[in-house]
Amino acid sequence: MTDVSHLITLLTILVLAIFVGFEVISKVPTTLHTPLMSATNAIHGIVVAGAIVATVSLFGSGNSEIALTIVAIAAVTLGAINVFGGFAVTERMLQMFRRKEGGK
Amino acid sequence: MNVAAPLLDLAAIALFILGLHFLNSPATARFGNRLAMAGMVIALTVVLVQTGGVGWWAIAAGILLGGAIGIVAAMRVKMTAMPQMVALYNGAGGGAAAMIGVVEYIVFARGGGASLDPIVSVSLVVSMIIGAVSFAGSIIAFLKLQEVMTGRPITYPGQQVVNALIALGIIALGVWFVISGGTLASWGFYLLLLAALALGVLFVLPIGGADMPVVISLLNSFTGLAVAIAGFEIDSELLIICGALVGASGTILTVDMSRAMNRSLANVLFSAFGSGSGAEPAAAASGGPQNVRSVSADDVAVMLAYASKVMFVPGYGMAVAQAQHSVKALADQLEKRGVKVLYAIHPVAGRMPGHMNVLLAEANVPYEQLLDLDDANNEFPTTDVALVIGANDVTNPAARNVPSSPIYGMPILDVDKAANVIVLKRSMRSGFAGIDNPLYELPNTAMLFGDAKASVDALTAAVKAL
Repeated sequence: MTDVSHLITLLTILVLAIFVGFEVISKVPTTLHTPLMSATNAIHGIVVAGAIVATVSLFGSGNSEIALTIVAIAAVTLGAINVFGGFAVTERMLQMFRRKEGGK
Repeated sequence: MNVAAPLLDLAAIALFILGLHFLNSPATARFGNRLAMAGMVIALTVVLVQTGGVGWWAIAAGILLGGAIGIVAAMRVKMTAMPQMVALYNGAGGGAAAMIGVVEYIVFARGGGASLDPIVSVSLVVSMIIGAVSFAGSIIAFLKLQEVMTGRPITYPGQQVVNALIALGIIALGVWFVISGGTLASWGFYLLLLAALALGVLFVLPIGGADMPVVISLLNSFTGLAVAIAGFEIDSELLIICGALVGASGTILTVDMSRAMNRSLANVLFSAFGSGSGAEPAAAASGGPQNVRSVSADDVAVMLAYASKVMFVPGYGMAVAQAQHSVKALADQLEKRGVKVLYAIHPVAGRMPGHMNVLLAEANVPYEQLLDLDDANNEFPTTDVALVIGANDVTNPAARNVPSSPIYGMPILDVDKAANVIVLKRSMRSGFAGIDNPLYELPNTAMLFGDAKASVDALTAAVKAL
């Protein structure tokens, strides 16, 4: 049976996080919108945590079907691409943004 | 249950939010990115420790493979190709969310359980649908941006009816999944997955190149949403919060981009702008404006060198010609002569939000010189020369004064208010939207024809020789 109070807690967290997101992101200047997108790409790379949990439940269930294992590995791979690639490319872009004095 | 793991997750979440907060200025943005990285290290360490080693080799394989691909791609990608890169990242996140749903479903189905918890079944199916749409849509966006397939809208009769039917089918199958508690016939589940992928492909097909900033932002927010909902599926506050932050970011950018084109999101998604029935052939036949004045690089160089304020107006053409470094070299020459150089950046110049800014940053242009729409428009009346480099529709005064124009009402850069306007253009072909640009026929406008990079290099050489 589903736990309603737990669901409400999660929904509360979701809604508050959306508000925080709007507040924080609306202050990012247009000049940084591309790095913002790549940084958020990296942050949604947290989906790799979900992929890891799914992989654990797959192995925990004793199911060793090869196709399914490949899907699980692919999910972890895609998430990891986001995390590593997203942060690395954001770092690379941000180090190009410089002030007048520092740039020369 | 120990208390360390949730506390560490909380620390990670705080670091993510602080990291995004510090993106509010180019001076602190790198620090912000580092904070977010630290948050990710903490969060992933907690998750890895909690696995207790189950399936370790599969997890390690995925992380090593993904990490290697991600880092190599991030180091190699050209700044002009950032829109494609971000499209792929959006797709990767969506794809991962969808695959989590697939794995969780199959584990459940093979386990022969009675029925899924309602929270799990709803969140599983919704995050899988959105993730799959985002994955497939992002791949199409990537193919268009990479010019593997045409950037023009791809349309066919009844397109919207087909999409609507697929969407209805997805809803029906999703409802079946939830009502059955995940015990539906497995063909129903796979059909659902297939339909969501198809919808992702079909909804991006009719969207043209110049509308890509909106689509990329929208797919970014879809992926955030898919991740947030996947958080309900596996009961993870971390995923819910991160997904919500990304969803909010993508939504803000989507709204900004639509507003910068004075069009509703629905109009961007469904109108196949720029493919108007017969509009393009007509524009091509009329040959566009005839009354234009062409000038030589030497004439323009004199004009620039003796100006007191010059505004560069870059567009997608600068990206295509990879002309950002040449532009910076010209700016250096002018600044050496005491000319004030500024850059006017339209929000939808290029193929993604902030595209021009990154290219100019790559060329070492200080970010203080990059003006947004409002600041730039305050400067144009006192600008001696506006140099338009590969931008078209975002400078079209028809948006201000021709109510019948398709782009009427779109906020534009008022380059025509500068004393002189020089347009660098390859030819007189009309812009993406196939709309004539009356700017070219104004008495204070002159055209410098040729490849953007070659033209800018010629200007630099001519200024140097003065």
